[in-house]
Amino acid sequence: MENFTPYASLAGGLLIGVSATLLLMAGRLAGISGILAGLIPFDSKDSLWRILFIVGLIVGAGLYPALGGDMSAMNINPYGLSETAHTALLILAGLLVGIGTYVGAGCTSGHGICGIGRLSVRSIIATVTFVGVAALTVFILRLIVGG
Amino acid sequence: MLNIISLISGGVFGFGLALSGMVNPSKIIGFLDITGNWDPSLLFVMAGGVLVTIISFRFILNRPTPVFGGKLILPTKQDIDPQLLAGAGLFGIGWALGGFCPGPALSALAYGNEKVFIFVGAMIVGITLAKIGLRSLNPA
Repeated sequence: MENFTPYASLAGGLLIGVSATLLLMAGRLAGISGILAGLIPFDSKDSLWRILFIVGLIVGAGLYPALGGDMSAMNINPYGLSETAHTALLILAGLLVGIGTYVGAGCTSGHGICGIGRLSVRSIIATVTFVGVAALTVFILRLIVGG
Repeated sequence: MLNIISLISGGVFGFGLALSGMVNPSKIIGFLDITGNWDPSLLFVMAGGVLVTIISFRFILNRPTPVFGGKLILPTKQDIDPQLLAGAGLFGIGWALGGFCPGPALSALAYGNEKVFIFVGAMIVGITLAKIGLRSLNPA
């Protein structure tokens, strides 16, 4: 557990809860897959708030290292794959995340943070399902790639 | 008003994801790798987020209209159907392969790594394919 960051993660989680609270005070749920999917195909009626939310996500994340946050642990290739294998895996992963979050109507933010906050049984079941399947997938991958 | 709040909310969300370490795929895999060198940080992120929403949402949802005006738009579906489970399962596999879910992936675009752009591009293609597929399965 040497990578465990309980205080920073709890503080980040509280901020995410505050963010979802703010957006709900304006009438919308902070489910990020839903916010993104609402832009496809592009329809200018209901788009500006979605685009601004995504701009905010990028700027907010960029501010963290700009304000001195430590990003040295960032590693986007955690399985230690070759460049080509990692790119192929990321494409497959992106496709599955896109398809899965649209078909299942939510991701870690929509089902996990907002849905559980609303005490939605549907969201609780979805969250348990994707966390369980993801843990099983990592278990199988570790058997294949080692480490 | 929705536009301004949305920008601020997105900013707080993105900062929170970076602070919590969730923009880092190796932390996600460290959480999912329960039989390996387990990193429970993600549980603390979820706990922090839900602790706030479970209290604040109750007050917000009990009001007749949103605090900042406009209209409250919530999901209406309540049933636990095969589509929900299949979607959550596919998402779980993709999350484990890449270490990115949609929020952290979009946030991590801030750091300019081309691999993150590739993941986000593939995710947008995936959403588009799912929209076309579901529409052809359930014609309106």
